[in-house]
Amino acid sequence: MKLSPGSPIRMTVLSVPSHLPVVRAAVEKVCELAGVDEQAIGGVVLSVDEAMTNIIRHAYDGRGDQPIEIELSVTDSADDAPRLRICLRDFGRNVAPAEIRSRELDDVRPGGLGVHIMQECMDSVTYEPAEGGGTRLTLTKRIVAQEELLP
Amino acid sequence: MSGIAGKGPLKAIRWIEHVAVVDVAGDIDLNTSPEFQQGLLRVLDLRPGKLVVNLSGVMYMDSSGVASLVKMLSRARRTGAAMCLASMTDRVRDIFEITRLDRVFDIYPTEQEALASA
Repeated sequence: MKLSPGSPIRMTVLSVPSHLPVVRAAVEKVCELAGVDEQAIGGVVLSVDEAMTNIIRHAYDGRGDQPIEIELSVTDSADDAPRLRICLRDFGRNVAPAEIRSRELDDVRPGGLGVHIMQECMDSVTYEPAEGGGTRLTLTKRIVAQEELLP
Repeated sequence: MSGIAGKGPLKAIRWIEHVAVVDVAGDIDLNTSPEFQQGLLRVLDLRPGKLVVNLSGVMYMDSSGVASLVKMLSRARRTGAAMCLASMTDRVRDIFEITRLDRVFDIYPTEQEALASA
């Protein structure tokens, strides 16, 4: 079975940290079905985990009973390589970009790494206010054809 | 010392003279990092000369886990203890490289090498 363009997978989870392993397992499986190369899968899974962590911490201030909608799909166009597209939508407070921006890595202190990790591991990271409140975060990763990976 | 290991990600604490070796296992994420950090804090409170964190049993770590280790490194330095990380899986190593914290921590491929370090 492969994940084809036009057949997105949607799930809604609560903002509970103990649900994170379930989401990670689902994202890993979707990456496999979408044909994301093995080298990149770890980074995609980590990025979604970091996005969820930011939503739980910042958009929902740690409240564990709030919904997070996740949609995973493959986009395809004639003039571009297919991409895995992951949208995470929350209904919490809009977090100011300065609050979630990546910090300087030379500044060694806990926190502020999630956005940097997403930017490093994904091809695009886009935050936008969602209609009706909350934030929509879209992450994309180009799906590299197997022949491109060969030496 | 009883009560620190066994629950949560800290599975065992072994003492080799003044060195505390902590065996960690499982996923370290937003859900488990508070317990992970609390456990390490209690080990540091026992004032080891050196703390070796053996991560061979950790298959996944996110920035919450990394942040806990950064806090512990800072705490260890304040108390005069050395701290190093050993036996990371490739996936855990990746997050240290992405965040460039592999340049901040003393990281050894094996526990033996960590113990042998100055």
